[in-house]
Amino acid sequence: MHTTHLLNELSALDLSRWQFGLTTVYHFLFVPLTIGLVLLVAIMQTVWYRTNDEKWKQLTKLFGKLFLINFALGVVTGIVQEFQFGMNWSAYSRFVGDVFGAPLAMEGLLAFFFEATFIGLWIFGWDRLSRGLHLMTIWMTALGVVLSAYFILAANAFMQNPVGFEMNEVKNRAELTDIGAVLTNIVAINQFPHTITSSLMFAGAVMVGISAYHLKRSQFVETMRTSLRFGLWTVVAGGAGTVLTGDGLGLAMVQTQPMKMAAAEALYNTSNNASFSIFTLGTPDGTSELFSIRIPNLLSFLSTHTWDGEVEGINNLQAEYAAAFGPGNYMPVIWITYWAFRWMIGLGMLSMLIALVGIWLTRKGNLQLPKWAWNVAIWASPVPVLASSLGWMFTEMGRQPWIVFSLLKTEDAVSPGINGVDVLISLIAFTAIYGVLAVIELKLFLKAAQAGPEVKAAERTDSEQLTVAY
Amino acid sequence: MQLQDVWFLIVGFLFIGYFVLDGFDFGVGMSLPFLGKDDTDRRVLINSIGPVWDLNETWLIVAGASLFAAFPEWYASLFSGFYLPLLLILLALILRGVAFEYRGKGETARWKSTFDWMIVIGSALPALLWGVAFANIVQGVPLNADHIYTGTLFTLLNPYGLLGGLVTLSLFWLHGLVFITLKTDGDIKVRARALAMKVGVVTTILAASFLVWTLFAHFSLLGLGLTALAALALVAAQLANFKMRDGIAFSLLVLTIITAVGSLFAALYPNVFPSITDPAFSLTVDNARSSDYTLGVMTWVAAIMLPLVLLYQGWTYWVFKKRVSRKSIPAGSH
Repeated sequence: MHTTHLLNELSALDLSRWQFGLTTVYHFLFVPLTIGLVLLVAIMQTVWYRTNDEKWKQLTKLFGKLFLINFALGVVTGIVQEFQFGMNWSAYSRFVGDVFGAPLAMEGLLAFFFEATFIGLWIFGWDRLSRGLHLMTIWMTALGVVLSAYFILAANAFMQNPVGFEMNEVKNRAELTDIGAVLTNIVAINQFPHTITSSLMFAGAVMVGISAYHLKRSQFVETMRTSLRFGLWTVVAGGAGTVLTGDGLGLAMVQTQPMKMAAAEALYNTSNNASFSIFTLGTPDGTSELFSIRIPNLLSFLSTHTWDGEVEGINNLQAEYAAAFGPGNYMPVIWITYWAFRWMIGLGMLSMLIALVGIWLTRKGNLQLPKWAWNVAIWASPVPVLASSLGWMFTEMGRQPWIVFSLLKTEDAVSPGINGVDVLISLIAFTAIYGVLAVIELKLFLKAAQAGPEVKAAERTDSEQLTVAY
Repeated sequence: MQLQDVWFLIVGFLFIGYFVLDGFDFGVGMSLPFLGKDDTDRRVLINSIGPVWDLNETWLIVAGASLFAAFPEWYASLFSGFYLPLLLILLALILRGVAFEYRGKGETARWKSTFDWMIVIGSALPALLWGVAFANIVQGVPLNADHIYTGTLFTLLNPYGLLGGLVTLSLFWLHGLVFITLKTDGDIKVRARALAMKVGVVTTILAASFLVWTLFAHFSLLGLGLTALAALALVAAQLANFKMRDGIAFSLLVLTIITAVGSLFAALYPNVFPSITDPAFSLTVDNARSSDYTLGVMTWVAAIMLPLVLLYQGWTYWVFKKRVSRKSIPAGSH
């Protein structure tokens, strides 16, 4: 009896981790495109408002449509995230609810209501609102989207670097003492611009991919020429922003979670002139290195902004934490953090490089490109979102074994009352539905993208007819 | 009044807001096979809630997050305890949400009818399950000394819980039908009015039994007043529907839901999640609450934001006040 009980608890923990991981990665495939596209659509509509150039209206409509297809799935998968904290991680919710709940509720009251209301007005308001008012609704939606990103990142930052709280020993929970400190957490302040700029990269790359698809076929050339250049510059500007903010985030991480940085480089021993390896081949058990390509002193520079700054190693930190928190393993899974960190940077750089080459090739209005160049642009569309996904895997898996760094371990956070069978049912249900929806979503997205802009909007002769989106 | 009482009211307000608003969305969704004779009809129905269903559903997200922030123990015990019913609600809401977005983007009849059924099931299932869940919260569930739910899914399927589910199912359906009379024009409006009369009778019987049962189990003067008001409003709403006073009928149903759900919260207080294992194990506003500081900060946020939210959401409803009819649906396009 005791064994079965233990088995249930173990599997509920493991299955809940898989479920949270899968649903979060899935949710965050849609979020970056939502953040990036809402800003780009707002900008395009503003240009149309200012210039009255029909081309910009077509672009606003086309990318607005794609934004909406993507937005729907982001919304419905977002509810699952909020519910899971209570359903699968009730011990966590009890422990941090007093602190963590506040930014979450603020996200709802300040941001979600805002974006959900104004997106409805924007979709259905094309001929019911004046042009200026309608333009305002997309900017309001953008404001809601960006604010919601800020609050949820502030909540996440508490898990990386808990601040603004004190422990209530009687209730065994963390209690909020300073909401300002939670909202200005150094991790949140750095993670937020990193998230926004990398989202812009993804939206830009999608825009480039769609434009390339049509330009390769020499259709909608006038409009697509504009969106191509706009997209390329967005990727480059977003990319530059991502590099700069990533640097700030790295410094914040070294300061708050040195183990994560050590794990990112698989640096086992504290070093004063740590090199950065681009590629490493090790023995299968990961304990020693066979071959690597290294840039001398780069890790020291990334971590401290000096070429000979001290970077703490995994073994040293492990000993330090064992002394502070008691015996146990305080290392994340090194090969995941190591490779996720590299691939994130590498894919981000690759995307930026492709965009730079694209800007060069299409200078002075040149669109006579070989077929392979268009194909590269098309297939490069998802590269930034892969980088974002890997970045989050690094951030969240690099925090392990903690769910809230230094306060609560993930293994102690799972709901005590749930059993493995229930979680298995939900895991299977989410996986199946999310899988089917991914296929439909991609099909609809591609269909709308390949149809291209509506060249001539249907004349509305009947005044009874209104914009009906469904 | 102490901060935890303020937040009991705010959480109650948010859930009531959610039921009032998403309630008629559920009702409209459930009506698709009964009122939609062809694709144009069904599009009229869907577009009548088109601009607002997303913001209505957002009330649930905000209610959930506020519960988390103000009563973390309640949120933790409730959400982990009601694991499977909440999973079903989540899956239903996912299906409904994507179906609204996707159904118009395919051409074939089979594509559309698949998503129509997803809307119907995605509306009816949460309408039923929210009632089951709330009835069980009021009645109490097996909670141990650590406030952990020790029952199963079937513990919740007791007579009182099931009756509560049928009440929300029928009440939201009625709410949706009356919303359709208010928001559409033509034949479909006539059919909705006729169906609302039949559904209204069933709703009245179910709701009356449930509310009286609740009143006997948890008597209070406030509860009595709210129950009486709910009953009156429900009957008057049907009268107004019969007299073709659509706006009044709809407003009276809003009042019905406010007072009926309000009477449940009144029956609950000062408990928030009572234990039938031992009353001493119950979660109350006092032992489930957040700290003074957290509740203080959140009170400021809610005091500033909630009036604003009501204002701009009210404006949205005003912008989309025009009735939708078959003439509104452009032929040919999706």
